[in-house]
Amino acid sequence: MEESPTIYEQIRTSGYSRRDFLKFCAWVTAFMGIEASGIGNVVRAMETKHRLPVVWFHFQECTCCSESFLRSSHPIVAEIILDKLSLAYTETLQAAAGYQAEEVLYNTMKKYKGEYLMLVEGSVPTDNDGVYCCIAGKTSLDIVKEAAEGAKAIISWGSCASNGCIQAANPNPTGATPIHKIIKNKPIINVPGCPPIGEVMAGVIVYLLTFDRIPELDGMGRPKAFYSRRIHDTCYRRPNYDAGLFVESFDDESARKGYCLYKMGCKGPVTYNACAVTKWNNGVSYPIKSGHPCIGCSEENFWDNGPFYQHLASFPGFGIETTADDIGLAVGAVTVAGIAAHAVRANIKKRKLINADIEESKKEGGE
Amino acid sequence: MEDQKIKRVYVWEIPVRIYHWLNALVVVTLAVTGYLIGNPLAIQSSAEAYLGYWFGTVRFIHFVAAFIFFFNFLFRIYWGFAGNKYADWKNFIPYTKKYIRECYDVLKLDILHIKVKPFISVGHNALAGLTYFLTFLAFLFQSITGFGMYSAMSDSFFPKLFAWVVPFLGGDFAVRQWHHLMMWFFIIFAVVHVYIVFYHDYVERRGVLSSMAGGWKFIEKDKPT
Repeated sequence: MEESPTIYEQIRTSGYSRRDFLKFCAWVTAFMGIEASGIGNVVRAMETKHRLPVVWFHFQECTCCSESFLRSSHPIVAEIILDKLSLAYTETLQAAAGYQAEEVLYNTMKKYKGEYLMLVEGSVPTDNDGVYCCIAGKTSLDIVKEAAEGAKAIISWGSCASNGCIQAANPNPTGATPIHKIIKNKPIINVPGCPPIGEVMAGVIVYLLTFDRIPELDGMGRPKAFYSRRIHDTCYRRPNYDAGLFVESFDDESARKGYCLYKMGCKGPVTYNACAVTKWNNGVSYPIKSGHPCIGCSEENFWDNGPFYQHLASFPGFGIETTADDIGLAVGAVTVAGIAAHAVRANIKKRKLINADIEESKKEGGE
Repeated sequence: MEDQKIKRVYVWEIPVRIYHWLNALVVVTLAVTGYLIGNPLAIQSSAEAYLGYWFGTVRFIHFVAAFIFFFNFLFRIYWGFAGNKYADWKNFIPYTKKYIRECYDVLKLDILHIKVKPFISVGHNALAGLTYFLTFLAFLFQSITGFGMYSAMSDSFFPKLFAWVVPFLGGDFAVRQWHHLMMWFFIIFAVVHVYIVFYHDYVERRGVLSSMAGGWKFIEKDKPT
């Protein structure tokens, strides 16, 4: 890589004091879940590491991940990624357009082959050869494969790139596919959420910068630091759940008292994310704190696991709002009816046999 | 008094009987607490949350019962190799033509009430054995999905063995959904099971109902087994 100012030098040139810089390092270390003694590592990495070339793709998505990232509560975050990390290519923010933009992309991919970080926002349509999402005359499928070839690592931003999100919901008309199902030979970090929390996104990037390795991932490829616990397990309303205090309607007394939203269809118990810890918008709130059940936006198939305001999902193929319990009850009723019919029939068919034995028994008893 | 026509057969040994009743107890417990976990009653009070813990207790009972259920199930598998011929694993798996033929015969005799050549199955009849094999698969499925969900909130090694289940089935939501649906299999099985036992006791009078308490069945000597 060519010699260029270190990240720290660039942060200083942008007008931040050393104190600001250290505050940022301490803040982001805490977010990454690294112990306080690790702050030094982060500081050293920022002071010695150079630009990390980054290409950031946008495919089938709404750009809410970028929006979330920009609103990360610490200003240095945007500064670091968008200015200092050498964000070579990103459709929604770059000044260049058309041929110029494509040229920058391919120059970066060629010059930093094997070194650049590939960030993907959005899923990739695969049906009909991927014609549903084309940029500069190429399908996103081709672009992903080409760019992944020389990438050091891939970060899948948001639910779209991690699990397909809404456009992969049944019947998935475009064959929307998450990145990890297309690219198999590169380290991929899934950062699901619709959008993911900005601080989480920053934490993942700074981790990669600091330690030059992939953070510890769980079974679904998500960084354990942010996705190892359920929202339910860290929710401030959890004591209400254990005590059996539930909201039953959005305007009842229990809702005003802030009881647990479990019966309102809260997906907190099945959703792995950091919302209840990190919260949103500078730590102000998160959905449950605002009185709304979690919809589980960072979980696979969250769109098909609805309705949002019902604890049990409706069962596909049995009509809207038919739950496992309805099906179970119906099968149970049929079973009981079948048993009743069988009992009647058994009494008719086996009558002779039973009566004969009763007669025999009488005779024997009389002896 | 020596009865010439009837002989007594010791069918269910003590371990099988203990397994059966322990299983019955924990399955009922699991179904009741499991249903409550899926559809909690809102017993509201004006007390502060820290004063109550009833829903936490319901879940605790569910988890304890689940551990008993699982290890009891493992024990029964072991006993399928160590126990007597009526408890043997071969009673449950339809791998011979004879077994499959007996399934059809039982279906005709007991379910459809069509006359067949009389025969007696001393232990499980073939169709019952096959049904229990299906329940064992359901036991396995329910254990795997249950411990899979449990693994995320446990630090001990045993539930962690099931951590792969959640990604495999596509997230906690899907696992919960399947786990909940499978509960109904247990409920419907129990209803049919109890009915069929009463039916056999009523029609055949070989002591099926009490056999799971005392272990003995009473078999006519003059009929082929």
